[in-house]
Amino acid sequence: MNAWWRCLSGVILRENLRFFHQKGRFFGTLVRPLVWLLVFAAGFRAALGVSIIPPYETYITYEVYILPGLVGMVQLFNGMQNSLSIVYDTEMGSMRILLTSPLPRWWLLVSKLLAGVSVSFFQVYAFLGFAYLFGIEMPPMGYLSTIPALLLNGLMLGSLGLLLSSKIRQLENFAGVMNFVVFPLFFISSALYPLWKMRESSEFLYYLCAFNPFTHGVEMIRFALYSHFNATGVGWVLLATVVFLTLALRGYRPERGLSRKRGE
Amino acid sequence: MNQPVLSADTVSYQYGGDAALDEVSLELVSGTFTALLGPNGAGKTTLISLICHLIETRQGSIRICGHDVRTAPIPALQQIGIVFQQPTLDLDLSVHQNLHYFAALRGMPRNKATRQINIEIERLEIGDIVNKTVRQLNGGHRRRVEIARALLHEPALLLLDEPTVGLDIPTRQQFVAYAHSLARERDVCVLWASHLIDEVDPGNDNLLILHQGKLCANGPADKVMREHSCDRLTDVYIKLTGERGS
Repeated sequence: MNAWWRCLSGVILRENLRFFHQKGRFFGTLVRPLVWLLVFAAGFRAALGVSIIPPYETYITYEVYILPGLVGMVQLFNGMQNSLSIVYDTEMGSMRILLTSPLPRWWLLVSKLLAGVSVSFFQVYAFLGFAYLFGIEMPPMGYLSTIPALLLNGLMLGSLGLLLSSKIRQLENFAGVMNFVVFPLFFISSALYPLWKMRESSEFLYYLCAFNPFTHGVEMIRFALYSHFNATGVGWVLLATVVFLTLALRGYRPERGLSRKRGE
Repeated sequence: MNQPVLSADTVSYQYGGDAALDEVSLELVSGTFTALLGPNGAGKTTLISLICHLIETRQGSIRICGHDVRTAPIPALQQIGIVFQQPTLDLDLSVHQNLHYFAALRGMPRNKATRQINIEIERLEIGDIVNKTVRQLNGGHRRRVEIARALLHEPALLLLDEPTVGLDIPTRQQFVAYAHSLARERDVCVLWASHLIDEVDPGNDNLLILHQGKLCANGPADKVMREHSCDRLTDVYIKLTGERGS
């Protein structure tokens, strides 16, 4: 078991070192949600009224409403970035070093996932820190009580990314994934607008949002930021994680990278 | 006769309907250097990928130190060190960080990893570059780091898949000599895949020639030359593959 732990901590350390060496990536992950928070939310504040809904106990500003959605967005993009790095590493060869380690393959892939989640923690807390500086504050305990929700949400989105990476044969196909997976997941969710608001405009879109696991990830984080437990969200996210992870582990085929390079 | 470090028994593999390996059987023992020659597309990389369990053996079996790679991959992989054809180091991490990452993947305790890293750094004379990032290194140094990494856990079997591609001639010669010394002095079983015939020592090395997925030569290089009535390895290679080797 010690070998498993050493392997996990090695993969986590490596992903974090890589992340901190890529300064552009670090700032890129911060700029995206901050633009949404400081520009988009400011513009829409007047247009969108948010009534009192759990976990909020009073009227809130739109910036406060979309903060959990943007935290989810940070993790969503990180999950996709992680899967992009798996596709890249499989094509370029460094995944082979990981996969020839004398440990079960499922554990190696889960280690890679958890390493990606650990990177998202830095991104999320840096974003929450900037939001705090701009006056968008959460209850102090919320910053701690949201850790398990971030872990679970990160695992779900990482598993989805791993599943996608197991289906993508070439790096070039990844742009399509961003358009067909990331944007629908984000926009057809409760990240930007409450579900009741969505229902007012379209019953069909409401059901799509309610079915979207990302919605439940965002709601789980929203409740956790106020130290509340959102059982429905946790249940959905757990279920989605198990499904995505099982399919990803069953579908991962490193020989795809090899078959493209035949002729060696 | 020593117990084989690597044995393959009628191994076949297809990509789709395209045969990459066709009933390949071989046995390699410790302390030997075996050159695996073959033109591009002969199946060398596929064979190495099957040995190190990157791809699943579907037909036939491969055993490392008695452990079946398909049914007992973990003990089998513990015995293998690998240098892939493509560079697999993290460019933005230092040499030290790369080596510690690999040791962690092998589950090595930190103290043992540090000790082994220092030993290999000294053997490969790369002490002056350990704190540099891999991006700052030239091709020869990167390859040395990859060999040091492959030897950290003292493997019984060292697989090298065209490790000298892109290196200049003096560096290439150093590499070939070092790999031979590993077999001779450290009792490692070395399998060296290449298409460069001049990397083989006809007097001491074993020879495997793969052509279109079939193993068409298997044995001590000098014996293979005698069997085919050739004075030079190049002639054997041309005779068996129809291609002119480098």
